[in-house]
Amino acid sequence: MNRMLLSIEEINESHSNVAGGKGLSLARLYLAGFNVPEMICVTTRCYDKFLDLSGLRERILLELNRKDFSDMRWEEIWDASLRIRNMFNHAHFPPELHLKLGPVLDERFSGLPVAVRSSAPGEDSLRTSFAGLHDSFVNISGTDAILDHIKRVWASLWSDSALLYRQELGLTIDKSAMAVVVQKIVVGESSGVVFSKSPTDSASGVVEAVYGLNQGLVDGAVPPDRWILDRNTRKIRSHHHAKRQFYMVPGNSGVYEDELPDSLKNEAPLSDEAAQAIFDLALKSELFFGTPQDMEWTRKAGLFYVLQSRPVSTLKSPEQQDERQWYLSLHRSFENLKGLRNKIENTLIPEMIQTAAQLSSVDLSLLSDQDLIDEIEKRAALNQKWVDVYWAEFIPYAHGIRLFGQVYNDTVKPQNPYEFVDLLAQTGMASTERNERMENLASMARNNPVLFEKLENLDPLSANTEDEKKFISAMDRFVASYGDLSCPVTGSRECAQGGDALIRLIVEMASHPPVITGHKNIRDLEKQFLASFDEQNKNRAGELLELARSSYKLRDDDNIYLGRIEAQLMMAVNEAKRRLEWSDKHPGNKKGVRRLKDAVDMHGQTQAPVSSAKGPLPVKNVQARQLLGQPASNGVSRGYARVIVEHSQLSEFRYGEILVCDAVDPNMTFVVPLAAGIVERRGGMLIHGAIIAREYGLACVTGVPDATKLIRTGDFLTVDGFLGIVTIGQE
Amino acid sequence: MNDEDHLKNQIRELLLSQRLGVLSTHYKGHPYSSLVAFSSSENLSELYFATPGSTRKYRNLSQDNRVSMLIDNRSNEISDFHNAIAVTVLGTARKIEGSEKKQVAGIYLIKHPYLQDFVNSASCVLVMIQVNRYILVRRFQLVYELHVRK
Repeated sequence: MNRMLLSIEEINESHSNVAGGKGLSLARLYLAGFNVPEMICVTTRCYDKFLDLSGLRERILLELNRKDFSDMRWEEIWDASLRIRNMFNHAHFPPELHLKLGPVLDERFSGLPVAVRSSAPGEDSLRTSFAGLHDSFVNISGTDAILDHIKRVWASLWSDSALLYRQELGLTIDKSAMAVVVQKIVVGESSGVVFSKSPTDSASGVVEAVYGLNQGLVDGAVPPDRWILDRNTRKIRSHHHAKRQFYMVPGNSGVYEDELPDSLKNEAPLSDEAAQAIFDLALKSELFFGTPQDMEWTRKAGLFYVLQSRPVSTLKSPEQQDERQWYLSLHRSFENLKGLRNKIENTLIPEMIQTAAQLSSVDLSLLSDQDLIDEIEKRAALNQKWVDVYWAEFIPYAHGIRLFGQVYNDTVKPQNPYEFVDLLAQTGMASTERNERMENLASMARNNPVLFEKLENLDPLSANTEDEKKFISAMDRFVASYGDLSCPVTGSRECAQGGDALIRLIVEMASHPPVITGHKNIRDLEKQFLASFDEQNKNRAGELLELARSSYKLRDDDNIYLGRIEAQLMMAVNEAKRRLEWSDKHPGNKKGVRRLKDAVDMHGQTQAPVSSAKGPLPVKNVQARQLLGQPASNGVSRGYARVIVEHSQLSEFRYGEILVCDAVDPNMTFVVPLAAGIVERRGGMLIHGAIIAREYGLACVTGVPDATKLIRTGDFLTVDGFLGIVTIGQE
Repeated sequence: MNDEDHLKNQIRELLLSQRLGVLSTHYKGHPYSSLVAFSSSENLSELYFATPGSTRKYRNLSQDNRVSMLIDNRSNEISDFHNAIAVTVLGTARKIEGSEKKQVAGIYLIKHPYLQDFVNSASCVLVMIQVNRYILVRRFQLVYELHVRK
């Protein structure tokens, strides 16, 4: 089979491998007399040829073979997928293929908007269907735009979702291929999906319908009207009316959400008779395919069109679900993220700040033992509440960055797939604000040799000298806001003996020139981004940029806010510990002491270690020479490694060292102004280590398996943030 | 399996799968590379190859016994970039003589039986490389070292 294009009339059963599941099922429906929009199928042969001619095949293999899949976190899979998508965005259609596809597309679809849909071989014949793992695009006009979107559909063979389900999909890196269906778009008055058999009730079928195009229904932005029908009698059992406010309409290109005309808000998008008619069509399709069908349809001028039909997927029971479904649930639509932003910025963050402030206003030393125990319980419950909020609201909100990155890359097509991050940085994060205040303290010491010497020798400062008085007061303000940095939680204090961690860091900073955060001129990038959109979409693009900036800032800030609440819990626990120490020396009320001790045991263990690693393995004969991770912040830096396993080791950090860590979090990034580079075991472009490295213009490599085991403090490192390589040795 | 055993297994597998390696010597600082048929000891501490005594490589290593050898499993396909494994061997070379020669020749000819006449000829020299270190490269850029002799 050498054909790169097949018309709907030409596709038959023998083409299942080259036309894909969707292409084949539409062709079968067409031949059986169903009303199917005009289409052609770009076969997997074309995909294969494109990969070979463009050199992409080996580039994808190199990308996906950087490390074992089992060592890759979801974020790293997402990153790999983004880089692959960028490769497709940049690869030109080889002339040989352009000549084959261009004229046919011109002839068939000149001036007509089309849908460009994925059609992966085998996808719909799976026992569990994986709808939505690959991309489809609606309302694309013009041959060049269609070709461009064919590449994007091909790229989605390597979407993060597909990579997560690679085993179930039988996705093999060297053999898998993707076909594409190019389908004339039918702009129906209403659209929807129909299940000939409900995934949850075998006696029923389901019809869902919205006004306009069904993209809003598919991605959850527009709630549908829903009819439940009896499979035997074909009668309607119930009709659930949606709150009809919006609908999806075609724009100049793509689709957008618009307010539904008032006249339609109180009227269902289908009459009961029409709902029965589409259900009948689904039953007919079930009969034809021999298995219950999940069908997408649109209705124009009273006529139903079948857009695609596939076997109904069996819903997994909760115990069968795994964490991958949670990762996929993090993919949020723009509309969903806007709602989340509003909630986070206007309700949750102010509440967190207020909670921390209220708790800090309580004078713990005045509480009775019982009141202190109650206070610890209350703070523990509050802390847990905010940890839950963090997972339920803040983590999904980070998808704003990813959504923006994808839109930026698809429209601007930059060489560097992470150029978009430059547009999001410098948003005044809480962690960089803390570091600036540390730099102010360091600069006071830098400019006053007497003060510097006293700090260096840990001598007491005098409140009689103007400079020292100022320094003491600035220190007090700093500690009140951020704690003394001896604890893994921002705002907490006295986790280490001596309490001089902060002074030692300030002396180290003051011994060297001040560090300036990288200030790139982002105005041009912003202009370039917005100029890629037509007038209709420019506002939406601007809104998306703002949303992504807020999402980026929160990614770092949320841990600081959360840390401040946890710090209040720790302060109450520490007060209890003090009382227990006192009572050890003054035996008396044993019962009260036991209850205090219980409270400390229960809630005093929240400080997680920075790394689960117990330090470097005593390997004598094996030495890692060069390690692979992800390039997370551009630049090349050299220096001695400082491997951080416990939070307390951060105070030993010296200027010019490379921070090597299992997982950097914002409560420990105060050493970053001293660092020459960052190496992290945890992978991803959007993790805290990468974010702060870019703020300071430091080379950073993340996702280095066993980084804290294979690298030892004192090893000389070269961190190549362009290629994601860490070289050990060779000063 | 610990890291060292794992690395040793990878190296052993590569050495067993390959017949030829690229030997590097030098003459007064001028580098020189040549293809040789090699075999290795089970514990990876030694590599062996045979060469006529009149060759440039033998002259070079007689003057300076520090040598390097590259052994890899490339197939000259594009997939080599993510699939191929290469090992660089660093060590010192010496001629094998006396009773040892018969024993090493036996080991060597198990792997290269077609070289029997060559190895048994009077002008052929058997050379042993005492390995100091292996440097293994895989996944295009991932590099580990195994120290055999300190």
